[in-house]
Formats: sequence, structure tokens, C-alpha cells
Amino acid sequence: MIKSLLSVALAAGLGLSASAAYAQTAASPTLDAIKAKGYVQCGVTGGVPGFSAPDSNNVWSGLEVDYCRALAAAIFNNPDSVRYTPLTSQERFTALSAGEIDVLSRTTTWTMSRDTQLGIKFIGTMFYDGQGFMVRKADNIASALDLSGAAVCIESGTTTELNAADYFAANNLEFNTVVFVDQDEVVKAYEDGRCDVYTTDSSALAAERSKFANPDDHIILPEIISKEPLGPVVRQGDDGWFNIARWTYFALLEAEELGVTQANVDDMLASDNPAIKRLLGVEGDFGTPIGLTKDWAYQIIKALGNYGEIYDRHVGPDTPIGLARGLNALWKDGGIQYSPPIR
Amino acid sequence: MTDIAFVRSEIAPAMPAPRRVTGILAWLQKNLFSSVTDSILTILAVLFLLWLLPNLYGFLIGRAVPPGGTVEQCRVENVGACWAYVASEIEFFIYGFYPMAEYWRPNIVFAMLALLGLPLLIPKFPFKIANAVLFFVVFPIASVILLSGGMFGLKYVPTEQWGGLLVTLIISVVGICTALPLGILLALGRQSKLPIIKTLCVCFIELIRAVPLITVLFMASIMLPLFMPQGMTVDKLLRALVGVTLFSSAYMAEVVRGGMQAIGRGQYEAASALGLGYWKRMGFVILPQALKHVIPGIVGNFISLFKDTSLVYIVGMKDLLEAVKTKNDAIEWAAPTQAISGYIFAAAVFWIFCFSISRYSRYWERRLNTGHKR
Repeated sequence: MIKSLLSVALAAGLGLSASAAYAQTAASPTLDAIKAKGYVQCGVTGGVPGFSAPDSNNVWSGLEVDYCRALAAAIFNNPDSVRYTPLTSQERFTALSAGEIDVLSRTTTWTMSRDTQLGIKFIGTMFYDGQGFMVRKADNIASALDLSGAAVCIESGTTTELNAADYFAANNLEFNTVVFVDQDEVVKAYEDGRCDVYTTDSSALAAERSKFANPDDHIILPEIISKEPLGPVVRQGDDGWFNIARWTYFALLEAEELGVTQANVDDMLASDNPAIKRLLGVEGDFGTPIGLTKDWAYQIIKALGNYGEIYDRHVGPDTPIGLARGLNALWKDGGIQYSPPIR
Repeated sequence: MTDIAFVRSEIAPAMPAPRRVTGILAWLQKNLFSSVTDSILTILAVLFLLWLLPNLYGFLIGRAVPPGGTVEQCRVENVGACWAYVASEIEFFIYGFYPMAEYWRPNIVFAMLALLGLPLLIPKFPFKIANAVLFFVVFPIASVILLSGGMFGLKYVPTEQWGGLLVTLIISVVGICTALPLGILLALGRQSKLPIIKTLCVCFIELIRAVPLITVLFMASIMLPLFMPQGMTVDKLLRALVGVTLFSSAYMAEVVRGGMQAIGRGQYEAASALGLGYWKRMGFVILPQALKHVIPGIVGNFISLFKDTSLVYIVGMKDLLEAVKTKNDAIEWAAPTQAISGYIFAAAVFWIFCFSISRYSRYWERRLNTGHKR
């Protein structure tokens, strides 16, 4: 009898400590520190147009910058509560693990070794980049499968070269390279007509194209032949902060899927759609359990718009970079951007 | 009656010099065509200039898009420099990410630097002591308060937002003003008879001189954060400042030591014989002579310090060159000659500063040249 009483008491004690543990995962030391100092410290690139670069008002702007602003909007209801630390690719992970920045949003490719060995966690893929091909419009090439025998300008000793060789071999195409040691030389050679094709990551292709005298004479082929998923990164060991970072990203995707935009977000508060009600905090409360407010997602969308709007604003077809959505379209539009439901 | 048939009563007019030694032809022959080799070199040089100058003119002026032009004008085949791009982004080159509404603050600092610094450099200008106090004590404090703000109702601007020429000037002025005194102390320490001081100075100087500046900065940006407790950080500008200053002070120490060793032993003995203590001996007799000898070396160090400031991109600071590099990728101004125009601008600014420093040092060499001319 006493034994069973003891075991009940023990079980109750365990249950208590277990629920205490749950409560602890919700609290995040990083979030507490951010709230105390009043801003999110965000690691960015030294300047990659469309992703993070100073705009014409000399303020940081870009797809990855807007992710940091979304975090600030979710936490402080103010997208401007962000400070930026430009980082070189060598120092980015040190800066993150040393706590100099709260989140690294810096064209970082998600790979297994980085994810598992550096004490960091990738949140998701903000931008699916990958190696693409650029050709002259006049050549009437519509697909990379038509490139057999074409002279390909390429930077030697890079993964770019290996990827292209693999792709040509796998598709039984004749691989004919013109090799240079420097990226600028590659671009110059392509521009001068020494080769028919220029290949590198598609975002870089677009940026280089905009520097040509006649950007419209060149097209980027739809094929992407390598995987370069670029995403924000946080430190390992603070699951509460990881949750906030991850669901900030998902909220941007969910908003686009539900048709909630910066312009109509206030009208959407009155929507009958239960998914929209949950997203905007009209029904249920998904913000408080992760340490934010009930209307966290509303604040993000009000400040920055949904994922599609952010994409179109910085790298979309109407910007000088001019990248089509491609893989970065939502799953229902033929892309692979997908958010688990908010419920 | 006189036998003298001819007496010159006035001086005969001087004959013109032979044609071979005066006039433009003679100058040409003497300087440009004095031998076959010279003639060939002259012709080649002239041909080179004939090829270079029109191209240079065409690129820099003729085909260039002047300030105020549009990006479409820059985006044509065979365009010259795109000065419109430089003019439109010049604020970023000067202030970096400093908030636009607060530009007046760095402007005041620039003005103070000019108004307090230039009189200090001109010997004729009076009130040197008051001026020095203002420049070395009041100016740095006022600048820090003005630039970073956070008090007196000024908006706080973290150093991450400082950039461009502003950062280049801050680092080089602070570096120049602290490296020389530090270097003199290190040089004295190295020659000291006190073993601990001597060893410390020798170790410091040799360690720093044996390591590239880029490594010191890498240490400051990558290793330092790992040693610090979690969440504690040292300001990046401060890291760069300390790195650059320590680095150039070690080089300065060796230059100063070279000057001191050029002073004859008699000077030391004479100073001692007068009953002067160590500091008076050094301050009044040895150093004034030693420093005079090594002005070219010291100024060489200043110039290389000024140019080395562009390495602070390693700690993520956007100095002038890095600001230009950042904007060279700006998509709004994407054009064939965008990057080269930016680099030419940066080079011109660096040249103006370095050339001014070098001319100013020539002036001091001449001024101090009291009977040591060799």
C-alpha cells in the first residue's frame, strides 16, 4: 500500500518535472537577451544584390535582410529593430557560435556537414539556388539539353565545373569548355563571344547579366543542375529560439499560400477561413507558447508582406535581378516551398 | 701722337651662344636624342603616350558619363567611366551605413579635423599648445560623442553603421597619432638597460613584425570572440583600431631606433656630462636629432598605415575601399564600367591623401635641414 502510494507520488513528481521541462523549452535565453537589448543582431553578407546589400538610401535591404526584419517584427512589432553585422564567409559561423549575432542570414548553403558538425541549425530554405546556364537570345536555345557541343565558359577548379561536367555526361551531351581562373574573366569571355554558354549559380548569373550593356539579349535557361539551398541559421542548443526563427519563415510561406498580403492583411482579420484566422491570431493563440504575442504573424505580414511579396520585391522578375520563381514557388504553384500547417 | 691703332671704348656685344647648346633643338638633342638608344627609347615612349593619352582621355572624359547622367547612358557599348554612378553613391563612399538624417554629425567631425588639424601642421600658426590640447584631448572626445551619440539627445549610431571615408580617416588619424608615441616608447624600451622592459619590448616588436597585419586582424575577428564569454563582444571598430595601431607602432619603433643609432656616442656623453637625467637627455638631445634623420621612414610608415586601413574589411568594417566594392555590385547602377569607375575613384582619394602626406613631409625635411645635407 505504502509502496503504491510512493509510486503514485513519484509518478506525480516526474510528471511535474516533465511539465516544468516543457515550460523551459518554450523559454529561450536568446529571445530573452534580444528582448533585453531591444534589437535582433543579424549576420549578413558584405553585399550581394537582392539578398543583402545597401539600397539607394544606404540601408540594408534584400531577401535575407527581410527575413531578419520579419523576426524583429514578430518580436518587437517593429521591423526596424535589427542591427546588421556584415560577415565574410570565413567568420560567419564563428560569429554565430560566439554569440556576436543572433541569426545568420547570409547566403549560406545548407549542407549536412555544416548542419551536424558546426553546432548550428538551419531553419529552412529561404531561397533554392542552383547552378544554371545563360545563353544569348539570338542562339535560339530553349533548354540546357540543346547545349551539346556548345562552348561553355567556366571557372576552373570549382564545383561549378564538376557539376556541369556531370550534367553533360549524364545527358549524353558533348562537353566543350573554355576555362578561366577568374570569375571576371569568365564573364568577359562570354560577353566577347568567345563562348556560347556561361554557367554559375543562377542568382549570380542574374546579377552578372544586369551588368551587360544589353541584358535583354541574354536568357537564363530553366534547368537548375545543382542543389544550393540557402537558408538562415541559428545556434544549436536554444530550441525556443530555433522555433521562433523557423516559424517566422513558415508564417511568410503560409501567408502567401492563404493569399494574405501586406495590403489586405487588415481585411483578412475578418476572414471566415479558419486557417487565416489561426495565422493572424484571430482564433487560437500560437504566438504566446513560443514567447511571442498572439498577433505575431499579423505583425510580420503587416510590416513586410508574405514570402512571395518579399521575393518579388528583391529578386523577382520585375527587379533588375529578374529571377523567375522556379523552385521557389509554392508547392501548389509547381515549386517546392512548403509550410506545415499552423494549427 | 699715339701708336695705338684701336682702342675698344665699349664692351663688344655678346655673341649669341652656339646653336648646338641653346634653344629647343639643343635641349631636345641633349635630353632626348643624345644617343641611338636614347632616340629609340624616346620614339617608343612618344608612341606609347600617343596611344595611351587619347584612350585615357576618351575613357575618363570623352566617352565618360558625367555626374548627373543616368544608368541607361552608362549601359551602352564602349562607354567610358560611369561618373554618374560615383556621384550618385558618393554618400555611401563617405559615410557608409551612417543614417542619412545624421550626416551633419560626421560632417562636423570632418570640419573639426580640418580646422584643428591643419593649423597644427602649419608652423607659423600661433597658439600651438592650446591647439594641441584641443586636437588631442577635446577633439577625440567630442568626435566619439558626436559620432556614436546616445547622449545629449543624439540618436545612438552603433559603429557597425559607420563606414566609408569616415572609418578610413578615423583609423588612420588615430593610428598615426598613437603609433608614433608608442613607437618612440618601444624604441626607448628596446635600448633600455632594464632587462624586463627591454625583453618585453623586443618580444613585442619582433612578434608583431613577424606576423602579417591580415593575421592580426583575423585573430581579432575570428579567435577573439571564441575566447570571450558568451554574449560578450568587443566593438569591431575598436578591434581594428587596436590591431592597426599596435602593428604600426612596432614598425615605428624600429624606424626610431634606427635614427637613435645614427646619433654619435658623443652626443649621449655630452648630454650626460651636462648632468641631464634620462628623460631630459632623450627628450632634449637625442630624440630631436634622431627623429629628424628618420622623417622619410616615419612618413613611409604613416602612408602605409593609411593604405593598410583598407584591410579592416576582414573584421567586417566598410572602409572607403570596401564601401566602393560593395556598391560596385549595386544592381541599380549595373553597367559595364561600374566597377572600374568605383575603383578609380577610390584610388584617386587614396592618392590625394598619401601624396599630401608625402609632400608635407618633404616640407619638414627641408625646414629641419640644418647643416646635415649630404
